[in-house]
Amino acid sequence: MSQQNKHNLSRRKFIARAVKAGLSIAAAGLLAKAFYDKNGPSAQPDKELVTLPDFSVPSVQGQTISIVKGADRVKTVDKAIELLGGIERFVKSGDIVVIKPNVAFASVPGLGATTNPPLVAEVVRLCYNRGDAKQVYVTDNPINEPAGCFTISGIGKAATEAGAKIILPRDSLFKPVTLKGGKLIKNWPVFCGPLMKADKLIGIAPVKNHSRAGASMTMKNFYGLLGGRRNIFHQDINTIIAELVMLVKPTLVILDGTESMVTNGPTGGSFSDLKRTDTIIASCDPVAADAFGCSLLELKTNDLPYLAKAQAADAGTVDYDSLKPLNAIIS
Amino acid sequence: MKIVTVRRISQIFFFTLFVWFCIVATFGDRLWQLRNWPVNLFLGLDPLVAIGTLLTTHTLYAPLLLGLVTVILTIIFGRFFCGWVCPFGSIHHLVGYLGSRKKTAVQKIKQNKYRKAQSIKYFILIFFLFAAAFPSLNATLQTGLLDPIPLITRSFNLVLLPIVDEPLAAVSVTQRFYELAWLFFAFFLTVVLLNLVIPRFYCRFICPLGALFGIISRFAIWRIGKNTRTCSNCKFCEQNCEGGCEPGSEIKISECLLCFNCRQDCKTKDNVIRYQIQKSLAGEVTDPDISRRGFVLSLASGVLAVPAVRLAGKINTNWYHKLIRPPGSLAEPEFLKRCIKCGQCMRVCPTNVLQPAGIAGGLEGLWTPVLNNKIGTSGCQLNCIACSQVCPTAAIRPITLDEKLGQGKFSDKGPIKLGTAFVDKNRCLVRAFDIPCIVCEENCPVSPKAIYTVDEFKTVRDGILTVKKVIGNTIETVENNLILDKFATGDYYCIFEGCKLGKIIANTENTIKISTKYKPEKIPTEGSKIEIQVRLQHPYVDIERCIGCGVCEHECPVSGKKAIRVSAEGETRSTDRRLLL
Repeated sequence: MSQQNKHNLSRRKFIARAVKAGLSIAAAGLLAKAFYDKNGPSAQPDKELVTLPDFSVPSVQGQTISIVKGADRVKTVDKAIELLGGIERFVKSGDIVVIKPNVAFASVPGLGATTNPPLVAEVVRLCYNRGDAKQVYVTDNPINEPAGCFTISGIGKAATEAGAKIILPRDSLFKPVTLKGGKLIKNWPVFCGPLMKADKLIGIAPVKNHSRAGASMTMKNFYGLLGGRRNIFHQDINTIIAELVMLVKPTLVILDGTESMVTNGPTGGSFSDLKRTDTIIASCDPVAADAFGCSLLELKTNDLPYLAKAQAADAGTVDYDSLKPLNAIIS
Repeated sequence: MKIVTVRRISQIFFFTLFVWFCIVATFGDRLWQLRNWPVNLFLGLDPLVAIGTLLTTHTLYAPLLLGLVTVILTIIFGRFFCGWVCPFGSIHHLVGYLGSRKKTAVQKIKQNKYRKAQSIKYFILIFFLFAAAFPSLNATLQTGLLDPIPLITRSFNLVLLPIVDEPLAAVSVTQRFYELAWLFFAFFLTVVLLNLVIPRFYCRFICPLGALFGIISRFAIWRIGKNTRTCSNCKFCEQNCEGGCEPGSEIKISECLLCFNCRQDCKTKDNVIRYQIQKSLAGEVTDPDISRRGFVLSLASGVLAVPAVRLAGKINTNWYHKLIRPPGSLAEPEFLKRCIKCGQCMRVCPTNVLQPAGIAGGLEGLWTPVLNNKIGTSGCQLNCIACSQVCPTAAIRPITLDEKLGQGKFSDKGPIKLGTAFVDKNRCLVRAFDIPCIVCEENCPVSPKAIYTVDEFKTVRDGILTVKKVIGNTIETVENNLILDKFATGDYYCIFEGCKLGKIIANTENTIKISTKYKPEKIPTEGSKIEIQVRLQHPYVDIERCIGCGVCEHECPVSGKKAIRVSAEGETRSTDRRLLL
């Protein structure tokens, strides 16, 4: 008996061990219950969808679009904005402004594949000096290597020197977006990060030839807010461009037709691809701006089906003349 | 200050410097980016790079002259580089130290004793050098596989840095990818962990650079040794010996790394162990232990290895079409005589398109740079020559932007071509499926574009419809199974008796609305047939303009196996791979 006792557990120890075992079993069971998934993964997990803010300002009759002729971009853009009521109409004291130039390619400034750097810098300065903006960000999701695009295009330096901050795209700044009434922008990653904390959005785009879309101007410029494998939208380029202006409601767009890329767009690459057209357009309506821009490329508005599509979706006016553009010439 | 403290400061200094150069080898103009930082300093100081390329090319490329400094200092002082400078050596030193902390003095003395196998590194060196030197026409430079400086350079730049930087996004905004990086990492990790078995495992048994220093340190003017007879032979001096050179008995000069731990650990009052000009009183062995048999065997293997590998024909007609070298690269045989697989080009490449190659292009090409247009942000950037500027051995020749683009005084030569883009008609959305796309054409950076389009109007499947009635610019059809607005993308046209009625701007299941732009010459009558045609812009590559940059391949929306792909035919660097007359 005593011999056996040496090897047998005491009652107390047995109970303690049994309690521990019981607790372990209970814990395992509870863990299993907590993580139990009856149905398995669904085909496409739901993502949280984001709605972009509306950046537009109240319209003023007869002050929707201005067209200024002249060779000096700084002067013409100043005049074009002044005609619409000055930057003060668009940027209020303390505003956070996002400027979206076209920085798609790692291409040097003179070639016109990207927005002109002094033009970006001038708009940044206007926002700060006349509009009293709190912070101006300059951002794009380029096609080529992002940091290199901002460096080589000269936009990074020009914008920074004017006091703006550059936001380069990174995964965390993209959120899935679905456009109400849209066909293509469904649960698609959009470069929302810079826009969500902004009060105003200004698009600045050069006038460029584009063999798939006909032309790349202020509307196509917002393609740079799309993330993911956005190239697949080229299958239906007119619908995606129209949907972009349904999705993005900018405060103001500036179309730079001082030099227009008439061939080999949208990359260009040679000075012979450019033609002097000496025009800058400022507009609250991107559709109207691009409709006028057609004339710089000797196109008709019918050549760009996305214009009519955008108008049909109530995103703007193709017949810019009906908006009574304000004209000026700066010699 | 104690000499070992000075040594530790030196090791920390050079290691920090090395890491700093890894960080600043970033394309850009900020202070911490690649401005004039001498990011190739360690590769330049590595005389194995200089000697290797000297043997293969019979020239000493200017930046590699720095290696002479190390050689001269080694001849005077011994293997100081291993113990005081080498960043890879410092890692081994630290890990070996951490692994031995809890060991007794006796165990430590045992693990740090000299081993016969330490001569393996000399055979490795001899193998590589004869592979580089002997078959002068077919020479290949493979020292980079095991040379510690290229090894740690690529391990840090292409593995550790991307891993650490991925969550921080401090050095690179976009995540960097490197194919085969896992292989570096496995190798790196293995040799670092081997320090737990024997400290400085790599330095003692494998390192060909250490072997080179071992050979030239036989003339060292100062060396470690005993200088008095008061030694009690306690062997405490050998317990932390980094080189395994046995300073307590007959010291092996070629193995001594000048760590000075022996001097530090010597318990005698009058410092038996000294760094001195005299020969050690306990005797010394100056020559590395290279047996005649081992020498002949490694020599013969080195000489035979190159022709054996070349039997695969990879630099002849069996060359691998995906071996697309960066702009400025020398022709393949010359390239293989210079590339040390350091990975600096892949590190600096702003688009991340440069990747370490596998062995598909030949065993010798392992870890040499190739373009993989599926990785990175967008092919080889037109206005960039960063890789050619950073290459330490001129395997990628330093070219100017004018030369790359064929401008200025290079205008008669034309741009440097890396290869040629080929459209895969069976995969292209336009060619194979009649779906409008031409992303490739849009992104071609050459002016005039090397990708151009040819229009075709093609009747779509089930696209012949019967007219029910016509109201204004809307045609009602008998068929009522059209998909809503399928033809409203701006790419579809309505054709009647061979005459284009106009672009379709909207459709329902049984109506088609035509743009009013075109004045139809004929108005379809009830019961007549109309056709729906799609306007296709077929992409074609202009072989004379294509530079093989790969932007089209990168951007092609057919994302798995791309529908337009670059291969190396037509590359400027080799005449035998050209396509055009």
